[in-house]
Amino acid sequence: MFRYLIRRVLWAIVLFFVVTLVTYVIFFLVPNDLASKVAGQGSNQEQRARAIHYLGLDRPVYVQYGRFMWRLLKPKVVHAGGVPVFVLPQGDLGHSFVRATPVSTLIVSAAPVTASLVFGGVIVWLLIALPVGILSALRPRSLLDRTSMTFVLIGISAHPVWIGLIFAYVFGFKLGWFPISNYCDFINPSTDCGGPVQWAYHMFLPWLTYAILFAALYVRMIRANVMEALNEDYVRTARAKGAPESRVLRSHVLRNALLPVVTMLGMDIGIGLGGAIFTETIYNLPGLGKLALRAIGETDLPIVMGVVVFATFAIIVFNLLIDLLYAWIDPRIRLS
Amino acid sequence: MLLEVKDLKTYFATDDGIVKAVDGVSFSVEKGKTLGIVGESGSGKSVTCLTIMGLNAKKNTITSGEALFNGENLLTAGSRRLREIRGNDIAMIFQDPMTSLNPVHSIGAQLVEAVQLHQDVPKKTARARALELLNAVGIPRAERRMDDYPHQFSGGMRQRAMIAMALVNDPDLLIADEPTTALDVTTQAQIMNLMKSLQEDFGSAIIVITHDLGVVAETADDVLVMYAAQVAEQAPVERLFNRPHHPYTWGLLGSLPRLDADVDRLVQIPGQPPSLLRPPSGCRFHPRCPYVFDKCKTVDPPLVGISDDPSHLQACHLDEETKDREAAKLLAATMAQAS
Repeated sequence: MFRYLIRRVLWAIVLFFVVTLVTYVIFFLVPNDLASKVAGQGSNQEQRARAIHYLGLDRPVYVQYGRFMWRLLKPKVVHAGGVPVFVLPQGDLGHSFVRATPVSTLIVSAAPVTASLVFGGVIVWLLIALPVGILSALRPRSLLDRTSMTFVLIGISAHPVWIGLIFAYVFGFKLGWFPISNYCDFINPSTDCGGPVQWAYHMFLPWLTYAILFAALYVRMIRANVMEALNEDYVRTARAKGAPESRVLRSHVLRNALLPVVTMLGMDIGIGLGGAIFTETIYNLPGLGKLALRAIGETDLPIVMGVVVFATFAIIVFNLLIDLLYAWIDPRIRLS
Repeated sequence: MLLEVKDLKTYFATDDGIVKAVDGVSFSVEKGKTLGIVGESGSGKSVTCLTIMGLNAKKNTITSGEALFNGENLLTAGSRRLREIRGNDIAMIFQDPMTSLNPVHSIGAQLVEAVQLHQDVPKKTARARALELLNAVGIPRAERRMDDYPHQFSGGMRQRAMIAMALVNDPDLLIADEPTTALDVTTQAQIMNLMKSLQEDFGSAIIVITHDLGVVAETADDVLVMYAAQVAEQAPVERLFNRPHHPYTWGLLGSLPRLDADVDRLVQIPGQPPSLLRPPSGCRFHPRCPYVFDKCKTVDPPLVGISDDPSHLQACHLDEETKDREAAKLLAATMAQAS
């Protein structure tokens, strides 16, 4: 178990370097007019050259990447009462070109918004997908199954932007049940809105919008997995032992059928944390997706890079967590 | 009589029509005895037993006839009553031990579950019983190994664990559906010997479903030969091997490969097993039967006793004289090969 953990962590580190290197190369080698961005529109040739030099953009790409990673990972000793306690990476992602704010500050303020959206969305889509998927599998071709398959088709085909706009129009504008924009902080009632109730109230439509596509995908996956597990020999064995159907389902069918769902969930959460661009844009949520989108529009590359690094980190961490969780719930992985 | 099956029919409604998977099968099993059911794949052996256990999917399945277990008709019993019987009075072992155990539960947990489903005992007692059975089926270091998961067991060990799980509640009847098919030959012999010795200890009756006549010869007291969802022949084991009275049984016996015989090709019964969707008219074996005559094509032969032994049933239109002659020929040929 311990060796498995070490191996997974080492892999995660290697993966982190590979992904950041590739994105770094892509983002910094694409043609762009960084110099005029930094030095200003009316700057002359000399000023632009200075700006380029100042940013280190005249150096080879591996030097640039090395510097970037060094700033990001440079060990920083954390003191508690004057005593060094532990070492953390410095986490410096550089400064925004446009706003002269440290990128890490922007990310720290945007990440909780995205996290609220993603984790709330996960709960919503599981609440939809688990019961619907399982019941459809138990009663294939039933009315419920056919209805849920129609929902799946719509959920997968309809674009989140369209769904979001429809929801905002119907539930927000027409019926007036939910607010259609802005974010309320969960803990800190800094402005007029804040606290868990306002937070959830404002997040309801974004959660629903974000969850629809995944709910559809998960219904389909859960249905298929449960149907497959129902035909397994060990399920027949459980019945032959005299187990009641509820126990067969819980202890034998679902235990096995939901293993792949755990993996998917880990990947989807990781990806989602990189920014749910569509949902955040529609409901005007100041999350990572919105941050990245605006930065791309302004060719503010350090911010884009920062979001990518954060997303990579989130994806890797969640995959690692899922790997470990999986080893815990699936004995076949644990010992091999 | 422990189990008496009368005119059992199991039909499956499919998109193509009604598949008559079991079509009028009758047999009985005495306490402590072993019945072997032989036949090709798709002859209805497994479905017969799954029907008795009530383990067929209810949807699109039509069942008729009777399966009296200690006088109680299992086919009309409620699902709650069937659950009480399953695993407690009648237990089942399946063909593939690789897939018949749940991969995410330890062997011990699966045995404990089987105990606790039928006995209101604390986990500790159930575990002790599970351990006792794992020892009885010859799992080495059972106390340590019972917390292992199925993938850590070899095929033979898994089948032993399956047997332990089946016997954990002291069933009156054990149904073994091809218990050795997925195992290698040496393990097969071990498992069959184990089942035989456990039968002596536990006094359970056994139904062995198999397509391996060797297994039948070694373990069964009575044999039921099934062909195309019906019984072709039923007899005590010595009689079946010494005086088989159905051309299909001859085919089965004749196609047994022998190590000591010098043959270039394996003997086979010509043709394919018929479709159960549209079975042949008359005797279902007639398209493949070398002894076929006109009557076979139109009249379905009834299952009747042989004149000198009413316990030996067969369904064939041939006259007894011919059958005795052919059986003797087959026996002589087998003997000649063996010597």
